[in-house]
Amino acid sequence: IGHPEIFPLVFTTKTQEIFNCRVDEDVTEENCFKLFKKEDIIQDLKTRAAVSDFHPIKNVVLEYPGEELLVVFDAKFQYGQNFYLVASEEAKENLLKPPETTEEKEEETREETLEVHPYKRPVHKPWVSLGSEKEVEEESVKDTVTKIKYMISRVRRKFGAPITFTDKNASHVKDSYVECTSYEDKTFSIKMLEKDVGLQMVPKVREASTQTKWTYPKNAATQYFPRQFSNEEKEECLSSEKLKEFLTSVHLRMEIALQQNEIMNAFYDDWKALAEDESSSGGKPDVYLKAYQSFTDLRYLKDRTISCICWHPTIYGIISVSARERLSYEEQVNLSDKSLLQQSVILFWSFFDPIHPQLMLECPEDICCFQFSPSDPNIIIGGCINGQVVLWDISQHEEKLQNAKTAADEINMTAVNTVNASVLNILQYNYMSGVKRGKMRTQVSGEEWVKRYCAVSSIQYSHKKPVTDIHWLPGYSEENQMGATFGNRAEGCLQLVTCSPDCSILFWDIPVTKLPEQPSSEKLKEEEIFNMPLDVPDTLRHVELCWKPLLKINLCESDTNTEYGPVRISLRELHYHYKTSEKVQSLNTLEVPAKDSPYTEMSTPSSKNLKALESISTGFFVGTEDGEIVYSEWKMEIDSDSAKPHTQKYTLHTETITTLQRSPFFKDIVLSIGGRKFAIWKEGVTNGLILQSSCSAGRYTAGQWSLTRPGVFFIGRDDGNIDIWDLLKKTHEPSHFQNVSESMITFISPCIASPKQHFLAVSDDLGILHVLEICQTLSHASGNEHANVFDYFEREVKYLKYCEQEFQEYQEFQAKTELK
Amino acid sequence: AEVEEILKRIQAHRGVIATMVINAEGIPIRTTLDNSTTVQYAGLLHQLTMKARSTVRDIDPQNDLTFLRIRSKKHEIMIIPGNISIKITIELYVL
Repeated sequence: IGHPEIFPLVFTTKTQEIFNCRVDEDVTEENCFKLFKKEDIIQDLKTRAAVSDFHPIKNVVLEYPGEELLVVFDAKFQYGQNFYLVASEEAKENLLKPPETTEEKEEETREETLEVHPYKRPVHKPWVSLGSEKEVEEESVKDTVTKIKYMISRVRRKFGAPITFTDKNASHVKDSYVECTSYEDKTFSIKMLEKDVGLQMVPKVREASTQTKWTYPKNAATQYFPRQFSNEEKEECLSSEKLKEFLTSVHLRMEIALQQNEIMNAFYDDWKALAEDESSSGGKPDVYLKAYQSFTDLRYLKDRTISCICWHPTIYGIISVSARERLSYEEQVNLSDKSLLQQSVILFWSFFDPIHPQLMLECPEDICCFQFSPSDPNIIIGGCINGQVVLWDISQHEEKLQNAKTAADEINMTAVNTVNASVLNILQYNYMSGVKRGKMRTQVSGEEWVKRYCAVSSIQYSHKKPVTDIHWLPGYSEENQMGATFGNRAEGCLQLVTCSPDCSILFWDIPVTKLPEQPSSEKLKEEEIFNMPLDVPDTLRHVELCWKPLLKINLCESDTNTEYGPVRISLRELHYHYKTSEKVQSLNTLEVPAKDSPYTEMSTPSSKNLKALESISTGFFVGTEDGEIVYSEWKMEIDSDSAKPHTQKYTLHTETITTLQRSPFFKDIVLSIGGRKFAIWKEGVTNGLILQSSCSAGRYTAGQWSLTRPGVFFIGRDDGNIDIWDLLKKTHEPSHFQNVSESMITFISPCIASPKQHFLAVSDDLGILHVLEICQTLSHASGNEHANVFDYFEREVKYLKYCEQEFQEYQEFQAKTELK
Repeated sequence: AEVEEILKRIQAHRGVIATMVINAEGIPIRTTLDNSTTVQYAGLLHQLTMKARSTVRDIDPQNDLTFLRIRSKKHEIMIIPGNISIKITIELYVL
């Protein structure tokens, strides 16, 4: 009975009368069904329209498929009204037919629930297998094999029987050890035929890595230019108020800082100064001259003495000596009867070969002194014992000298062959690739190179007595025939000055040797070329025996008629630095008497722009044969009658001056050594000398300033000792002395070979050259040593002045007292 | 004119080689050296001054750089930074 098919209706009495379903008459509770014909309903609908009871279900009726509709009297108002219509056939059927049975069932069930159920015992049902017994069987543990039973028996009497122990010597048994070893009983071993082994498969893993090149753009170069203001903008900025304010606020600070810098030296390194003080003042440092090497040659230096030593200016380790006859004093005076038994040479030694000299320069006569040219170390000039001046050019051997080290090995290997074999000579040195032309060289013994001189001055115009001192003039000053000094000759040193005890000083000009920029025709015009000996290479122009001096100065004082025989000369400008030191010195000129010897035309120097140098000081010191020191100048004036003679003469030494040298640090300090004394002079200080030594026991024979320490100089004596004087330590005696050789020291020459190695070359009367190494304390100056030495000299000068003043005052006082 | 006077006075001190005034961006305004040197100095010293100033301020923000002196073997360079410009003086001393 479904609700959608049930439509509750209200039947009025009228409708009930029409359709014969009056309540309690036609339709009762038991007989509640009434079938209406569909047509009747439709007719009723038409006749009574809206008033009809069937009106709400009009559609249902019209759609009803069957003919008869069931209307049920609903006495209990089950559906809300007293009648309801059943709208479907099935429901109709259901209601009509089975309601009877269901009514009956309903009655029954209602009856049963009222009673109490009687207890019934659970009936034993057969078990239905669902497969669980299999699982149980699998999990249960059962013996798969029947257990094995063993029974072991033994006769009873064997139990508890007395035991007899025996002894066994352990040493009898091997290894002193008895045991009952266990062994594997084969009957009990079970061969495993199957074994459960767990395996795991793992994939092979391999690590690998790669790197890709990541190119990223990188700036290789940047070009930029600075931002700059234009001039207007700058002006604008400058005039702005802000800038003014800034500057006014700031300038005070700046000025304070600048003043601070003026007061104290900002660059003074306190730490360094501290270190130096300690090293110089603490303890007694070891002062010594270490013997480095000594050279001698048996052939050329036998019975000879070394007159002069010169270090090669540029090549390390080359030193040259000039040899001279060892003459006694009388023989020296009278030189005419000197015989030349042995050829005189200048020998070049190298540190790397102490036995064989590297080079020999042939000299016409004995050489008293020689010098390397500062501008070209291949030009050497020397002064002979007969007054001539000789020039050598060793540019071809320059490479050989530089390769002196390897040459030493070569020489040792080759045998001494005195046969005049120039071919052999060339073969020996064929490793030299620098030979310009394969020329024959004269050789004396087949081993050393011998170089002949290139130019010798004419005997007529040279000195009459031995040339005792020879110096190159610095390149920026130059003399011409008139005696005026010209400057700015940038080509290098081409002039030299010599002096000799014949009372003259000569100025020479180098015969123009190598000027590659000048065409050869011009050269020919200028030079006078004579026959060249075959062995002189023709790259050089030389003037054979025709070299004349440029200028001659006679050292005579016209009023006193005294002559000076200069032995040593020291010019002010003889420092070979190319600084133009223009010092204005108003010195009176020397009345130089008219030159007697004619001035000949020398090869004119290349006339570059030479301007007359007024301000180079031309003063010079001269040390004479008699031990006098003369100071004068050579500046000549055209109107010479107004000039006053202005020479200073100091007589201190009693014997010939052996050394007159300016200090390399102070240009106006001169050291003079002669006889038993030495003295230090200052140029310009005329009333006395700075320092003089006491008379020493032996004679001082040679001396030199140290090149690195301003207050140190070395003096050689006639007993072979070297005295080292340090002006800052002691001025009355040498600070150190050391014996170097047995015979008289003839020459000393210091050299700075490298910043660590300072050498002192000492030659003695036996012809041996000793090279000593100067120790650190002697070679390294402390920072303020220069200032200290300078102060010392200043003090001495002041003292001299003071002495003079005192003397004058005393004299005045004396005069006054005398008058009274 | 005052500006000129001050700069001249500083330049006239003993030992002063050159004086420069540089604006806040490092462009030289006034100098006594030649152009290329000035520009070089300006570029380098400006950066250094900025760095020094920022260092001082990093340590103490209330602080500021007043004077910077660079002393080398040959010269001493003195720099005063300002708000809009920097003044540089180069001095030389010989031992």
